[in-house]
Amino acid sequence: MVGLAILVAAVAMALAAPLLADDAGLRAINTTENPAWASPSEFGPLGTDSLGRDVMTQFIWGARISLLVGLAATLLAILIGSIVGIAAGFFGGRFGGLLMRLTEWFLVIPFLPLAVVLAAILGPSVENIILVIGITSWPFPARLIRAQVLTLKERDYVDRSRALGASNWHLMTRHILPNVAPLILATTTLTVPIAILSEATLSFLGLGDPTNISWGRMLDDAFETGAITLEAWWYFVPPGLGVMLVALAFTLCGTALEEILDPRLRDTHG
Amino acid sequence: MSARLVAGKVLGSLATLLFVVCFNFFLFRVVETDPVANLFRGHQLSKAQRDELTRQFGLDKSTGGQFVAYLEQTATFNLGRSYTNNQPVASEIREKAGATIALVGISAVLSAVLGTLLGIAAAWRRRTKTDYSITGFTMGTYSMPDFWLGMLLLTLFAVVLGWFPVGGIVDPASDATGFAKLLDQAQHMFLPALTLTVAYLGEYAIVMRSSLLDTMREDYLVLARAKGLRDVLVRNRHAVPNALLPVVSLLAINFGLVLAGAIAVEAIFSWPGLGLATYEALKGPDLPMLQGLFLVFSASVILFNLIADLLYAYLDPRVRTA
Repeated sequence: MVGLAILVAAVAMALAAPLLADDAGLRAINTTENPAWASPSEFGPLGTDSLGRDVMTQFIWGARISLLVGLAATLLAILIGSIVGIAAGFFGGRFGGLLMRLTEWFLVIPFLPLAVVLAAILGPSVENIILVIGITSWPFPARLIRAQVLTLKERDYVDRSRALGASNWHLMTRHILPNVAPLILATTTLTVPIAILSEATLSFLGLGDPTNISWGRMLDDAFETGAITLEAWWYFVPPGLGVMLVALAFTLCGTALEEILDPRLRDTHG
Repeated sequence: MSARLVAGKVLGSLATLLFVVCFNFFLFRVVETDPVANLFRGHQLSKAQRDELTRQFGLDKSTGGQFVAYLEQTATFNLGRSYTNNQPVASEIREKAGATIALVGISAVLSAVLGTLLGIAAAWRRRTKTDYSITGFTMGTYSMPDFWLGMLLLTLFAVVLGWFPVGGIVDPASDATGFAKLLDQAQHMFLPALTLTVAYLGEYAIVMRSSLLDTMREDYLVLARAKGLRDVLVRNRHAVPNALLPVVSLLAINFGLVLAGAIAVEAIFSWPGLGLATYEALKGPDLPMLQGLFLVFSASVILFNLIADLLYAYLDPRVRTA
């Protein structure tokens, strides 16, 4: 599928970055004789930026951080979301109700301001960005997972297991978890684009890690150094396009996964 | 819809608001350990001066005392003073809110209407080229960073083609008033509004399409067709109104969210609203400003979520007993 193909290409490029491009080109101080603001027809496949740095190099290396943050933040969000979702659905009652209240509260606090505030507080670094996005994104999967767990809980085999004296832990890990796993997988794939877009936005606002280049930061740099007025489209079109294609790829894969898991959805997705 | 239901939801929202207010306080206490040093860095302060300032800012009280003071101040809309220009945060926010509400309001409505129409078209002609192209388009726009789209549109239409102004809300050189000024503002608003609309209509289209496809399979529509009702009527009178429910919820919720999410887009277009204020406050960081903005954004989301909840309960009787 198209989604998968794009994804494989993007990941391969990110991993192979050191081989494809000399990272000396990334240094902030221009040590080369490259002309600044060269268009693609004058220099390199993608031209240069305000400091004469090669845009193509930045693009390839930027992929790493953008993808890394996207994936890691999603994993964090899914981890928290799954634990909360399964616990809330399984235990129900007041404990479950409490967890759901917490989830709703987090859902209500608008994502971007919260992320902005947290990032401003924790300081700019890759780990913090991952943390921030993970912490602000977990309520969404938690709700979905809990709904699923609630229906699973009523199934007969759970009752029978319990009658045989199975402990809660056993029930959760042996019965609920394997059945909720497909949903978790599909939700993960669909959360990644959100995480990647969030990283782009946060980096654009200047909250990303200043020592590492990412696609979001390229957009920030382009904007701040006036690429728009200089019509230096080669600086800001590629990173945005990169984000868009990767996000799209994950969304396509995620939708396909959903269809496989729930054939009824095949009609709604068309 | 019972008064009890409404009261319950309102109370729930107020509780959440209170939670946010408290959360706000502790969040910023974590960052700001010594505001006096922060505000007056670069100045040499004698111990007496420092003590006096600490007293003035109310920082000599215990954390509990500060918290109480914070609650009192927030209740009277005293949100502190901005670090950058020492103006009261509350008045800064009030000044800039209008620009954001106008931009976001128009974009939210447009994206909802256009997105819904696209979703209806796609669902009604599913699996045809129309469907695929609409779905492809909406998925594409949904995957793009909204501010990147803004950058593209700005470069193409304002810089290269010169059809629209490059930023701001009015032409600084003109002193037009009345209708001429409105026209000027509209010209400035076109590109950012276009950006926000296109960026967000994808969600409506996708949701509407799914919802309509679900609804179309319901029995009462089969009955309507069997009665011999024309396709178009079946769609417009029966299917669509019922499929609209999730979209209505979405619209209300998005209203609150887009307010907060327009930060990057406002930055690109130098649109003088709350988003741009946030962008600039981040550079300091101007903490009182950020704190105030965070409160305002959260409050608006809470408010619109409440409206969405109540609206949904009003429109869909099945939900009321939940």
